Amino acid sequence: MYDKEKLKEISLSKEEWEKGQVAKTLSRFKERKENFETTSGITVERLYTPLENQDTDYMKDLGMPGEYPYTRGVQPTMYRGRFWTMRQYAGFATAEDSNKRYRYLLDQGQTGLSVAFDLPTQIGYDSDAEIAQGEIGKVGVAIDTLQDMETLFNQIPLDKVSTSMTINAPASVLLAMYIAVAEKQGVTPDKLQGTIQNDILKEYAARGTYIYPPEPSMRLITNIFEFCSKNVPNWNTISISGYHIREAGSTAAQEVAFTLADGIAYVDAAIKAGLDVDGFAGRLSFFFNAHNDLLEEVAKFRVARRLWAKIMRERFGAKNPRSWMLRFHTQTGGSTLTAQQPENNIVRVAIQTLAAVLGGTQSLHTNSKDEALALPSEESVRIALRTQQIVAYESGVCDTIDPLAGSYYVESLTNEIEKKALEYIEKIDALGGAAKAIEQGYIQKEIADSSYAYQKEVEANERIVVGMNKFQVEEKPIEGLLRVDPSVGEAQVKKLKALKESRDNVAVKSKLSVLREAAKTDANLMPYILDAVRVYASEGEICDVMREIFGEYRPVEIL
Amino acid sequence: MSEKQIRVLVAKPGLDGHDRGAKVIARALRDAGMEVIYSGLRQTPEQIVAAAVQEDVDVVAMSLLSGAHNHLFPKVVKLLAEEGSEDVLVLGGGVIPDADIPYLKENGIAEVFTPGTPTGKVIEYIKNNVRQA
Amino acid sequence: MELVQKALKGNRRAIARLISITENEEKEAVTALREMFPLTGKAHIVGITGPPGSGKSTMTDKLVKELRKRGKKVAILAVDPASPFSGGAILGDRVRMSDLNLDEGVYIRSLSTRGKLGGLSKATHYAVKILDACGFDYIFIETVGVGQSEVDIIKTADSILVVTVPGLGDDIQAIKAGILEIGDIFIVNKADRDGANRVVIELEMMLGLNAEKDEWDHPILMTVASENKGIIEVVESVIRHKEHLDKTGLLGKRRRERLETEVLELVVQNMARYVNEKFVKGGSFQEEIDKLVRKENDPYTLVQSILADTVK
Ligand code: B12
Ligand SMILES: Nc1nc2c(ncn2[C@@H]2O[C@H](COP(=O)(O)OP(=O)(O)OP(=O)(O)O)[C@@H](O)[C@H]2O)c(=O)[nH]1
Ligand SMILES: [Mg+2]
Repeated sequence: MYDKEKLKEISLSKEEWEKGQVAKTLSRFKERKENFETTSGITVERLYTPLENQDTDYMKDLGMPGEYPYTRGVQPTMYRGRFWTMRQYAGFATAEDSNKRYRYLLDQGQTGLSVAFDLPTQIGYDSDAEIAQGEIGKVGVAIDTLQDMETLFNQIPLDKVSTSMTINAPASVLLAMYIAVAEKQGVTPDKLQGTIQNDILKEYAARGTYIYPPEPSMRLITNIFEFCSKNVPNWNTISISGYHIREAGSTAAQEVAFTLADGIAYVDAAIKAGLDVDGFAGRLSFFFNAHNDLLEEVAKFRVARRLWAKIMRERFGAKNPRSWMLRFHTQTGGSTLTAQQPENNIVRVAIQTLAAVLGGTQSLHTNSKDEALALPSEESVRIALRTQQIVAYESGVCDTIDPLAGSYYVESLTNEIEKKALEYIEKIDALGGAAKAIEQGYIQKEIADSSYAYQKEVEANERIVVGMNKFQVEEKPIEGLLRVDPSVGEAQVKKLKALKESRDNVAVKSKLSVLREAAKTDANLMPYILDAVRVYASEGEICDVMREIFGEYRPVEIL
Repeated sequence: MSEKQIRVLVAKPGLDGHDRGAKVIARALRDAGMEVIYSGLRQTPEQIVAAAVQEDVDVVAMSLLSGAHNHLFPKVVKLLAEEGSEDVLVLGGGVIPDADIPYLKENGIAEVFTPGTPTGKVIEYIKNNVRQA
Repeated sequence: MELVQKALKGNRRAIARLISITENEEKEAVTALREMFPLTGKAHIVGITGPPGSGKSTMTDKLVKELRKRGKKVAILAVDPASPFSGGAILGDRVRMSDLNLDEGVYIRSLSTRGKLGGLSKATHYAVKILDACGFDYIFIETVGVGQSEVDIIKTADSILVVTVPGLGDDIQAIKAGILEIGDIFIVNKADRDGANRVVIELEMMLGLNAEKDEWDHPILMTVASENKGIIEVVESVIRHKEHLDKTGLLGKRRRERLETEVLELVVQNMARYVNEKFVKGGSFQEEIDKLVRKENDPYTLVQSILADTVK
C-alpha cells in the first residue's frame, strides 16, 4: 500500500527517533511497564507507523463497506442509514411483569426486544418440577406454556417488533410458541423478525444450559434451519455466541476463534444434513462481547467479519454474498463491571459502547451499573439505554463508516488477532472440529486458564480495576436494587396447575406421543413441536419426551 | 509427617451455570495447598451433602449467582447437620445481595463472599476458621 | 472404638472419618485398623489404571453401575496427583461419577498423593482395609499409570485393569511398560475413535511376547465408556478373573504378597520416622555429624549405632 522509498525513509527516521529522542527520555523516565500487552497477550509497540502495515493490500484485506471481505462493515452506508438496533436483554418474574418492562422499554425508544428466560425454562423444566424450586422467575421470565407466551407479548405487535430470545437447548419449543402467539395475533410466520440463540456448543463450553447430548442437539438445530428457511424466512435461526465464552474468561482472540470454530461446526452439520449452504447461511448471526480495551475490541470485530467471509467463501464455497456477511449483536462486558462504586460502570459501558459501534455492530445491549449486584432496576436500565443513545446521537462517530480504519495501530492489531485466531482454528480443526474439541475439554481448559490468569493479575495489582484494587472508597449500602418476590414461584406453579387441568389433555397426550415417534426417526421435529404447543403442552412435557429419546448430556467438567 | 491438609468441596447447587468464580476459587485453594473436590454443575443439596460426607471435607464452599441462595444454601446446612457433620465450615459466594447475608448467616452459612473478593481473603478465612482435627 | 462400630454398621460419615484418621496417621489410626483387620479379606479389589484422560473414571462409573444392578456394594478410591508446588490438588475424578452420589450402596473417596514418598500407597492400603471390613463387595482403585508410587498401589489389587485409547501418538508406549506386565485385563476405550483395532493388535503382539505365565488369557476388550458400550464384557471379565484367582489359589498368593509389601513398607517408614524424631529432630544428630566432620568417627559406625538403638 505504501511506496517503497517512503517506507525506507520512515524506517530510518523511526530508528533515529528510537535512538535519539526516545532513548534520551527513557534514560530519565522509565515507562510505566516493561511490556505493554493487550488482553489477548499481543505486544503493544510504543508507536505504530506504516511500517507495521506495509503488507496490507487495501482491496484484498479491507475493501469497501458492504463488500467482501466486509472488514469495514456489512452495509454500504452503515449508521449513516440507520443506527444499530438498541436491544436491552430483559426478563424476570412472571410473563405479566416482563411484559410491563418490555412496553416500558419500547416507550423509552428501544427498537427491539430481547427476552431473558429463567433457568428452569432454559433447561426445559416446568415451574412445578422439584428442581425448579427457588429458581422460578429469578433471572428471567418463567414460560411454561403458550399461555405464558401470550401474556408475555400481550399488546406487542409481533409483525412490527423484532424479538431476540436467549434460548438454546429448548429453542425449538420457544420458537414454536412465538409462532403460535403470532398466529393468534393474525400474523403469519413470514412476517416474523427476530433471533433465537440456539447455539448449543457454547452452552457445553461456557454457559451451561444444555439438555441433550451433542448429536440430537445438532439435529434440532439443523431442523430449525430447515424449517425457518421455508416458513420463517426473516428469522435469524442461530446467534453463534462468543459473548459467553468471553465472560467465562477467554481473551479477545480466543473469543473470535472459538466462536468462528463453533460457526464452522454448525455449517458443517447443516451441509451434512443435506442443506444447501446458501439456503441457510444468510440467516446465521453472531453475538460478541465488548470489553474495555477499546482498540483491541474494535480490531476484534473487524477480524471476525473478515475471517468469516473468507471461511464461508473459501472453505464452504458459498456463492451468495449474504452468506459471507457476519452480522452480529454485541453486549457490553458484564464481568468488567464491579460491585464497588457501581457508578463507575456507566463509564466502562460507555467505552464498550464505543467499541461496539466503532466495530460496526448491528445491535447492542448495554449493561447496567448495578450489573454485579442484581438484575438491573428500571432506573439503571434507562441510563444504560441512554448511553447508547448518547453515542448514537451526540458523539459523531456514526457519521462516517468504520472511522478507525487506517489507524496504523488498529490495522496492525486486526492482523495480529487474525493470526492468533487462525492458529486456534487450525488447532481445533486438528482435534476434529469444535464439537470434538469441547468433548475433549480443550476449549474449556483454554478459557479457564485465561480466566485464572486474569484473576491472578488483578490480585497481584498488575491489572488495575478502578475502585476495586485501586482508588477504593468505603462502600455504602446500595438502595433500589431489583428484587424478585419469592411468591412469584408459587403463583406460577398455581397458574400452571390450573392450565394443566383446563386444557384438552387428550389432545396433549396424542400430540406428545406423535412427537415421541417422530423423534425416533430423522424427521424434522419443528412441525410436531408446533402442534404440541398449540394445544398447550408445556415446555417441560415436550422436553421430557425428547429427553426420553435423546438422553441427557453429561458435562465434561474441566478445572 | 502427618501434616493435616484442608479438604474442600467446591459446589454448584441448583440450576445455575455460572462456574467461572467456582473454578477460580477451586484453583486458588489448590494453589494454597488444599485438596479440592469440585462437584460440577446442577447439584442438589442432597448430592452436595453426600459428596461432602463421603469425602470428609472440612469445608463446603458453594458458589451461586442465580439468586437461589436463600432457597439452597440453608438446605445444605440442614442436611449436613442431619448427617452429624455440623463441624463442616459452610461458605457461600457469588452475587448475593447484602440484604440476604444476615438471613444466610442465621441459617448456618459461616461467611459470604461477594464479587471483587480477593481469593487470598477466602484462603485466610478458611485457614482461620476450619475445624481442628 | 465407637467410630469403628458405626462404620461397620455402614455409616458413611464414620467410614469417611476413619479414612481421614488413617490417612493423617492420627493417634487412633492404629487402634482402628487393628480392630478392623480381622474383618478384611472379603472384598475383591480392582485396580484401574492408564494414561490421563483415557476414561478411567467414566469407565469406573459405568462398571459400578453394572455391579450395582447385580446387587453388589462398591467403593471407589480415586487417586489424583498433588501439585508439586503447593501440595494442593484438584481431585477431579468424582465429578465423572456424580450420578453415584446418592446411591446408598456406593462410597466414593478421592485421595491425593500429597507429594509424600510412599505416603500414598500407605493411605490407600489403609482405606482399602477399612472399606473391606465395612462390607463392600468390590473396591475400585483408580490411578493414573505414570509414577512409580501409582504402580505400587495398583500392584496390590486383585484384578488389574489397564485402560488405553487410540491416538496417543506412540500408542502403547505411552503406558508404562511395568504396568503392561502386571495387567490382567486390557481395555481399549474410546473405541469410537479411529485406530482402536490397531491398538488391539499392538497389545496382542506385546502381550504375546510376555508369554503365558499362568492360564489366564489376558483379555483385550474394546469399550466406549461414555456410551456404556462394552461395559458388561468388562464386568464379566473381572468376575471371571476373580473366579480364576480363587480356583488357582492365586488369590491367596497375591494377598500374601500384598501383606508382605505392606509390612515391609510400614517397617521402613516407621523406622525412618523414629530415626527422624529421635535423632534428627530431638537428639544429638548435629553433634554426631560434627564428630564426622572432625574425623572423630566414621559414618558407618554411626549408622550401626543408630540402627542398634532403633531396633533395641
Ligand atoms: C460472567 C457472567 C455470566 C457468564 C457466565 C460464564 C461462566 N461460565 O461462568 C454468562 C455470560 C454465560 C452468563 C449467563 C447468565 N447470566 Co450472568 N453474569 C456474569 C457476570 C457478568 C460475572 C460473573 C463472574 O464470573 N465474575 C467473575 C468471577 C471470578 O467472579 P464471581 O463469580 O463473582 O466470584 C468471585 C466472588 O463472588 C467470590 N465467590 C464466588 N463464588 C464463591 C464461592 C465461595 C465458596 C467463595 C468463598 C467465594 C466465592 O469469589 C470470586 C473471586 O472474587 C455477573 C455479573 C457480575 N459482574 O458479577 C452476571 C450475573 C451473575 N448473571 C446474571 C444472569 C441473570 C445470567 C443469566 C441467567 C441470564 C439469562 N437469563 O439467561 C445467564 C444464565 C447463565 C446460567 N447458565 O446460569 C445475573 C444474576 C442476577 C441475580 N443473581 O440476581 C448477574 C448478576 C448479572 C445481572 N446483574 O443481571 N453470565
Ligand atoms: N469419545 C469417547 N470419550 C470418552 C470415552 N470414555 C470417556 N470419554 C471422555 O474422555 C474424557 C476423560 O474421561 P475420564 O473418565 O475423566 O478419564 P480419566 O482417565 O479418569 O482421566 P484422569 O483421571 O484425569 O486421568 C471425558 O470427557 C469423557 O467423557 C469413550 O469411550 N469415548
Ligand atoms: Mg479420572
